[in-house]
Amino acid sequence: MSFDDAYHSLTDHDDDARWAYGTGFADPLAGVPTALPEGVDRADLAAYCLMLGDDALVMSHRLQQWITRAPEIEDELAVANIGLDLLGQARLLLTRAGEAEGAGRGEDELAYLRDPGDFRNVWLAERADADFGQLVARLLVFSTWRLALLDRLATSGDPVLAAIAAKGVKEVSYHREYAAGWVVRLGDGTDLSHARMQAAIDAVWPLTGELFAPHPTELRLAEQGVAVDPSELRDEFDGVLTEVLRVATLGRPTVPAGPAPGRGRDGVHGDELTEILDEMQGLARATPGGAW
Amino acid sequence: MSDVAGEKVFAEIIEKDQRIEPRDWMPDGYRKTMIRQIAQHAHSEIIGMQPEGAWITRAPSLRRKAILLAKVQDEAGHGLYLYSAAETLGADRGDLTRRLIEGRQKYSSIFNYPTLSFADVGVIGWLVDGAAICNQVPLCRSSYGPYARAMIRICKEESFHQRQGYELLMTMMRGTTVQREMVQDAVNRWWWPSLMMFGPPDADSPNTAQSMAWKIKRHTNDELRQRFVDMTVPQAEALGVTLPDPDLRWNADREHYDFGAIDWSELKRVISGDGPMNAERIARRRQADEEGAWVREAAAAHAAKRTEVRA
Amino acid sequence: MTGEIKHEWPLFEVFVRAKRGLNHVHVGSLRAADHEMALHHARDLYTRRNEGVSIWVVRSEDVVASGPDDKDAFFAPSGDKAYRHPTYYSIPDSVPHI
Repeated sequence: MSFDDAYHSLTDHDDDARWAYGTGFADPLAGVPTALPEGVDRADLAAYCLMLGDDALVMSHRLQQWITRAPEIEDELAVANIGLDLLGQARLLLTRAGEAEGAGRGEDELAYLRDPGDFRNVWLAERADADFGQLVARLLVFSTWRLALLDRLATSGDPVLAAIAAKGVKEVSYHREYAAGWVVRLGDGTDLSHARMQAAIDAVWPLTGELFAPHPTELRLAEQGVAVDPSELRDEFDGVLTEVLRVATLGRPTVPAGPAPGRGRDGVHGDELTEILDEMQGLARATPGGAW
Repeated sequence: MSDVAGEKVFAEIIEKDQRIEPRDWMPDGYRKTMIRQIAQHAHSEIIGMQPEGAWITRAPSLRRKAILLAKVQDEAGHGLYLYSAAETLGADRGDLTRRLIEGRQKYSSIFNYPTLSFADVGVIGWLVDGAAICNQVPLCRSSYGPYARAMIRICKEESFHQRQGYELLMTMMRGTTVQREMVQDAVNRWWWPSLMMFGPPDADSPNTAQSMAWKIKRHTNDELRQRFVDMTVPQAEALGVTLPDPDLRWNADREHYDFGAIDWSELKRVISGDGPMNAERIARRRQADEEGAWVREAAAAHAAKRTEVRA
Repeated sequence: MTGEIKHEWPLFEVFVRAKRGLNHVHVGSLRAADHEMALHHARDLYTRRNEGVSIWVVRSEDVVASGPDDKDAFFAPSGDKAYRHPTYYSIPDSVPHI
């Protein structure tokens, strides 16, 4: 029996340029010095990396839950891309947190073996989405805020944080564009979608206050040029949201945006984070000593 | 072009091993067979996201989570490449999706088995994707151009799918006793269904002859199945798992592995919709489609409004 | 029973430039409600592995194509113009760089 050998028949088509296959994958941290910046408190830096890393990890988890549920297959790909980007950011940030902590914990120990009270993510990241409108509302708020943050963090005194942020800026710019596009389409779509999109924006709005309330750790590190004071992000955030909501023919919520009900930066969370961690950590914890 | 002239040109193109392209004349039977085969393949990719997708949120390391998410995303992409190829034949994706969720079009019955442990993710990569690659590589030379091109792209991307699965299993086999048992259990459950992925034996495969003549298919089901067994046995030995077939042994005369009889009644049962997960898989796809309807309508309405503004 | 879908998204053809110096190449199609969405979807679907530096999307219904029946009228007339091809001209091997 004559046969097509798998690899042989694939290499028949060695003109990859014509087919547009991917090449040139790069390590975002290649050549970046990993020594901790001088004069920076290790515990502060570790806590800060956990804040940003947990935001990405928990938000990514919510996006993963949309796989096989998205309204169209093209959107499965988009949501998966965004989830993958954020998962990548989380892995780099948790790894950096472990390095700063200096206790030998890596990304997996930090992701899988901490209890809810040790997670530092904002409440916005853990909120479940009842429909696609809620997902894109949350994603618009999250990525507008995170983009403003990463943009400033790209000049951090910690070269690793700076490199992670610089990579993240490109990714999150796309996330924001994707979310804004959908908020506009749903806001200015049908009567039904308009009502649902408005309800989604109204629902997410009370969670925005927490995003701009600085934690003492953030303020100490911002003082040293390592972190970003989130209260400085408010103007940019308001400008973008105002414009997107205007184009989307949506009203700006009247719900007061603060004071923040969420205190995720202090490890205070709702039941939703517990549910997320039960799902995320269950298998890893049930298989002690397992190699994956 | 008249049908007679068209038929002649079509036959010449097939004879010369060239590709049929979308606007060429083709026999109705060829078009229908092609649409059915490509649509079933596309549905399989989309439904195939579910068994593994269920483990993304539960993956036990962040690296495995990223790999699995990327893999399931690829499957969505492969589904779209294939729907795109089907649309070049005049099929309509919305219509094909309706046929799927109304149970009027099939998908690979392998996806009607449940994924009971994380080892299933590895075994699906190794055996199910391995079998799929055996089936698909010859399709890179299928006579229908858009299908062949989609398959080239898919096969290139899937080589990572099989490798990640095997790598996961190797890692688990070096882990704890519990993990090794998980791997063997998953192999026991997936081995026979993987062999069934090649379809019924040649003697019971009524469409094979016509599909081979049209060069839609390049090898028979039994040839491909034998090829898969021959490739897989040494991989199982390297991994340290036992394939659940007491009759599996090297036949020096044939220079192939002999293997035991397949329980075709089970395949018929699963294909006819009686598989363990059949109803759930379709229900999930239907639910996504229905719950997304208001979103798709809104996007279409928004696009229509903007076109009016521009005009 | 699902009713008729009233708002199906139109089909777009996607072209990707793999790197600078190459033509955009047709890679397939996708469905999107509008051009912006089509570009986004094309990026997610056809450039997941760093495949491109530029993407075009075109509504499939806007593509005007020659038909296979036009084959002779369109393409046969150039078949005899061998003088358009460099191998038509014989030049001694001793002449370099040509």
